Amino acid sequence: MTSIGVLALQGDFAEHIGIFQRLGIAAREVRHPQELAGLDGLVIPGGESTTVARLISEFALLDPLRERAQNGFPIWGTCAGMIVLAQRASELSWPTLDALAIAVRRNGFGRQVDSFETDLAVPALGQQAFHAVFIRAPIVEEVGDGVEVLAKLENGTAVAVRQANALATAFHPELTEDDRFHRYFIDMVRGHKDGHA
Amino acid sequence: MAVEKGTYIVKKGLAQMLKGGVIMDVVTPEQARIAEEAGACAVMALERVPADIRAAGGVARMADPTVIAAIMEAVTIPVMAKCRIGHFAEAQVLEALGVDFIDESEVLTPADEAHHIDKWPFKVPFVCGCRDLGEALRRIGEGAAMIRTKGEAGTGNIVEAVRHMRAVMDGIRRLHSMPKDELMAEAKTLGAPYEVVKEVHETGGLPVVNFAAGGVATPADAALMMQLGAEGVFVGSGIFKSDDPEQRGKAIVKAVTNYNDPEIVAEVSRGLGEPMRGLDIRTLTEEELLASRGW
Repeated sequence: MTSIGVLALQGDFAEHIGIFQRLGIAAREVRHPQELAGLDGLVIPGGESTTVARLISEFALLDPLRERAQNGFPIWGTCAGMIVLAQRASELSWPTLDALAIAVRRNGFGRQVDSFETDLAVPALGQQAFHAVFIRAPIVEEVGDGVEVLAKLENGTAVAVRQANALATAFHPELTEDDRFHRYFIDMVRGHKDGHA
Repeated sequence: MAVEKGTYIVKKGLAQMLKGGVIMDVVTPEQARIAEEAGACAVMALERVPADIRAAGGVARMADPTVIAAIMEAVTIPVMAKCRIGHFAEAQVLEALGVDFIDESEVLTPADEAHHIDKWPFKVPFVCGCRDLGEALRRIGEGAAMIRTKGEAGTGNIVEAVRHMRAVMDGIRRLHSMPKDELMAEAKTLGAPYEVVKEVHETGGLPVVNFAAGGVATPADAALMMQLGAEGVFVGSGIFKSDDPEQRGKAIVKAVTNYNDPEIVAEVSRGLGEPMRGLDIRTLTEEELLASRGW
């Protein structure tokens, strides 16, 4: 039985849980370090990155999450979650997990009136384009060694990246019906679990 | 590939990102920074908090763009601002300023006593207040991307927010369990668009995010509203009219995240000093009630 946690400090965690449950995965909310026990993977959802990063430190989740990330525990961050996973994030006064060798600029596309939807080519998910919703999204400004870019905008900006078992999307697959990114993450989680069985 | 801005998904989506969070009223860049540090997921930029609007009397309008721009400059979290009910030109000004969300608010003096703003043409999302399900669905029909209870702003008294949240949740439960052939008559009774009534009947929930507002003053108030079904909380006068805004702000943020954990709510409620003074709603005259504004 694969068990995935969704960090439920703030943001759209319920949307992620709904999709995992529809896919037959036991997904549950995580707010405290002891709730990480028994999980095979974790999603850090969309939300307000300053709020989430602050509460990760306040609720003593920073060290346990960093330790898991370093040991190959699968973690997927969407939007604010990408910011939290990054090595560096602009104008953020709380520490990140440093699980992905990327530098991001928060609200890189501008304010809410600049938020947008578009179709993306994501070869790892197959031929069909992925309809992506970007909301006050971060821009990946630097991509370090060992980071694979899974999707880019037409101007070349990376919007989906993976390094080992850390996955990040600048957009919100949890806001659309297309569940291919959720299934991709489930495969990552199962692959990791089997490798350690 | 085509890029589309200001779509309904994008507008509703920002409200979804605010869930489980606290939106705090601020009147200066300094207060906005305190709110951001305390963990607010957004701020509402105002010239006066509702308690002071009440005290000042006269016509309450959209804030001076200078105030709003200075607050937008001060923080990286989303900035909301209020316009008067029906005053679409104020809304256009706020959209031009680049605010992230507009609150078409009963806290300001209404500009139109028959119509709310047609919110569909705007790229910026709107949040609107409601007292019951019919009002919520009318606002959604006009294009609101987020709903909140009206409560009774500037009172520090939670009683009206509780009344409104219970009315909305009860209305949803009723619609959800109603036979389909009664929906048209119910739409008529509610004074709400049939399509939205049908959607609530089918999904058992509102199509947009629903926050609590109007009278939240303590961490326990916030936990109460979350347990009644709110997906997040607006705190107006409750923070910067209290003894220690920073600590109270932090405490309310933690209480919203852990609304189902009374031990944490107890822990964060310790030693916060005096909350805002508060008003007994029953001492207010009909003209002094803000919640009855809106149609």
